[in-house]
Amino acid sequence: MIYFDNVSKLYPDGRAAALQEVTFQVAPKEFVSIVGHSGAGKTTLLKMIIAEDKPSVGQVFYESLDIHRIPRGKLPSFRRKIGTVFQDFKLLPHKTAFENVAFAMEANGRTDAEIAENVPQALSLVDLDDKAWNFPHELSGGEKQRVAIARAIVNQPDIIIADEPTGNLDPIATYEVVQILRKINDLGTTVIMTTHNKGVIDEIERRVITMDDGRIVRDDATGKYVL
Amino acid sequence: MKAGFVGFWRNAYVSLASIFVLMVALFVIGATMFLNQLLTVSLDALQSKVDINVYFVPSAPDDEIERIRNAVAALPDVELVQYTTREEALQQYRERRQGDEISLQALEELDENPLGGNLSIQAKETSQYENIARFLDEQRAAAEPQTPVIDVINYDQNRDSIDTLTGVINATEKASFTVMAILLIASILITFNTIRLAIYTSREEIAIMRLVGASNMFIRGPFMLQGIMYGFIAGLLALLAFYPLLIWLGPRTELFFELNLFTYYVQNFGSIFGILVGIGVALGLVSSTLAVARYLRT
Repeated sequence: MIYFDNVSKLYPDGRAAALQEVTFQVAPKEFVSIVGHSGAGKTTLLKMIIAEDKPSVGQVFYESLDIHRIPRGKLPSFRRKIGTVFQDFKLLPHKTAFENVAFAMEANGRTDAEIAENVPQALSLVDLDDKAWNFPHELSGGEKQRVAIARAIVNQPDIIIADEPTGNLDPIATYEVVQILRKINDLGTTVIMTTHNKGVIDEIERRVITMDDGRIVRDDATGKYVL
Repeated sequence: MKAGFVGFWRNAYVSLASIFVLMVALFVIGATMFLNQLLTVSLDALQSKVDINVYFVPSAPDDEIERIRNAVAALPDVELVQYTTREEALQQYRERRQGDEISLQALEELDENPLGGNLSIQAKETSQYENIARFLDEQRAAAEPQTPVIDVINYDQNRDSIDTLTGVINATEKASFTVMAILLIASILITFNTIRLAIYTSREEIAIMRLVGASNMFIRGPFMLQGIMYGFIAGLLALLAFYPLLIWLGPRTELFFELNLFTYYVQNFGSIFGILVGIGVALGLVSSTLAVARYLRT
């Protein structure tokens, strides 16, 4: 489904490369965790999947589509196939939880009727039915991240990309977020997640890709966190 | 659509600043417009006071006067030719000297009307008097020396003031055009910058919109609407600001420039409204579109 073909990312000033000769693929319905130290290239890797960053060498494919050959006008419709979740949530502060999720649907040109039907479903999946009308500043970190996940899944994307989704959360909120991501994966959505958190990896018991200095150093089918 | 209005209200402070700057810019543009109008009208009035007078000798035959009059009127540069007959000239002289018994008595002593007829000629442009004067000189030179027709052409006496006036008019027009261009550029730059700042506060929001797969038009739309609203409101406010100013200024400009600006404002309200609001909307729209485009690249 996602295929990295010998991808390197070099910076023009000749500093150490962010990615070096990275090749791997992700099959549909997989749950892949990418681990590694800060600066190992995890975030760069994710940015390439959503066409926010370009490889210097190599290609990244989504099914048979070369992501970095997509014309600019077609990028929005490509990005709609991918739901994104970030460490800092990236919610719109002036919108309620419901509006934040509905916004992703509006951007996709969905009708009001679809929004009225799908948004509550998405919020219910992340257990936030009762907080739909709260603004982000009225929610805890874990709740904010669950709103962000609801936003990511509301358009029924093929893949969820989560960059350090538990980075800012306490252990209980972390546990809840990981459970929700597993639930989404069980429902058939591919999940690619980066993390530092050993507990999270050990609990998921799925494929783990370990990165160091821009290279893939381990790729275990049901991995543990080893660094 | 809704997002545009909501964005407008939620950023009330930033919106206010943008509208205010736009309003000042439009006010400056409007003021330059009024000033220009004032200059044009007063220059026209001045210009119409400049003329060349041709005085005929009293014995000049009517058909000869008629010939010169028609020849002058046929010149392409001539705007207006006014003929005053001998009798009318005498009448005007009497009226001017009303109460001046000695002059009137002296006139009675003469059996004959001592005054000749005259032509008053106005050119379309002050710079064209030179040509007209040259033509008249040729006419005078062509007449038989024994029976002259033209007595005096007063162009040479008026020449200096005509030249000065032509210079003043040209300089004023150039200066007002330069000032207007500079003010226009300055106000466009300031407006553009202010709106860019207003949109800078929304850059996070734009980044998030891109992430959830919003199309560029979807992202741009609300900002464009916002820009149009800024321009529209600023245009209205500028129009409103002119109202009391011109009520106060109107009678004063009438004294000096023979144009009541307030009357001008009321009579041309439609086109002034169109120009100010139109420029405002265009400025707002262009500024916001360019400012958002910055965040839509890649």
